[in-house]
Amino acid sequence: MKFTAEIDVMPLKALLDPQGKAVGHGLSNMGLKEIGNVRIGKHITLEVEAGTKEEAQNKVDEACKKLLSNPIMESYHFVLNAN
Amino acid sequence: MKFGVVVFPGSNCDEDMVYVLRNILNLEVVKLWHKDHDLQNCDCIVLPGGFSYGDYLRSGAIARFSPIMKEVIEFANKGGMVIGICNGFQILCESGLLPGALLHNENHQFICKNIHIKAEYQDSALTALISSDAVLKIPIAHGEGRYYADQETLDSLEQNGQILFRYCDESGKVTKESNPNGAVNNIAGICNQSKNVFGMMPHPERAADVELGNVDGKIIFESILSLVNS
Repeated sequence: MKFTAEIDVMPLKALLDPQGKAVGHGLSNMGLKEIGNVRIGKHITLEVEAGTKEEAQNKVDEACKKLLSNPIMESYHFVLNAN
Repeated sequence: MKFGVVVFPGSNCDEDMVYVLRNILNLEVVKLWHKDHDLQNCDCIVLPGGFSYGDYLRSGAIARFSPIMKEVIEFANKGGMVIGICNGFQILCESGLLPGALLHNENHQFICKNIHIKAEYQDSALTALISSDAVLKIPIAHGEGRYYADQETLDSLEQNGQILFRYCDESGKVTKESNPNGAVNNIAGICNQSKNVFGMMPHPERAADVELGNVDGKIIFESILSLVNS
């Protein structure tokens, strides 16, 4: 079976996110002063071939842990759907 | 002593490193292609600066899984000397050979300029000849150089004497203003606990030739040799 994973990787809340901060300033400058606490991460989609959903879940989890995110600076979350 | 400089796709300081080791210090040096598995009996492996794999995902994240890194990690775990400069430092952190991570600079800009650093201890291969009151002027060139580690890791780095260099001002004072990228505790370079794996953001290979008007970085290479020769 083929599954599609929708993965979000975000900078850890405790860390300064300079990109989010700069974009937050831009939003404020364009007049949207009500918007704050902007944080920017990555959205990754990928397909995985696996016998079961659990197997697919384990593979995506491994990909996230070992390469797609760095636990020292980022957290991740994903949703898995059968194609 | 034989040096091996690993070339990843996107490395761009490999040639400078080879030049300094071969032409300035008269050492034996070979380039090691990232797809190879042979470290060619080198005594010291250097991961040079650059933008391996275009810095995609995170700096150093993809290079960490380049074929040669399997051998580099084994070599380091057996006590072999590995040095990472700039992108090389990022790769060493991503591979887990050094603790912590290198985040986007606090000001979210690529910073390319001369900065000042001082060595914390003299008991490491990179700092053996650098006196505690010496201030080195060395260039940095990075967008992701803000060293970060959690408090527990920082405490152990401090306790074990693993902090090699800190950013300081011209007179050697470690101040907030002299910290170019927001690195925690002004950290510019560290080593692992067994002191055989070293990483630093500044580029000593860009400051080791009289022709370039700055030779402050040369003492770092001379330190390596002095410790090995003794």
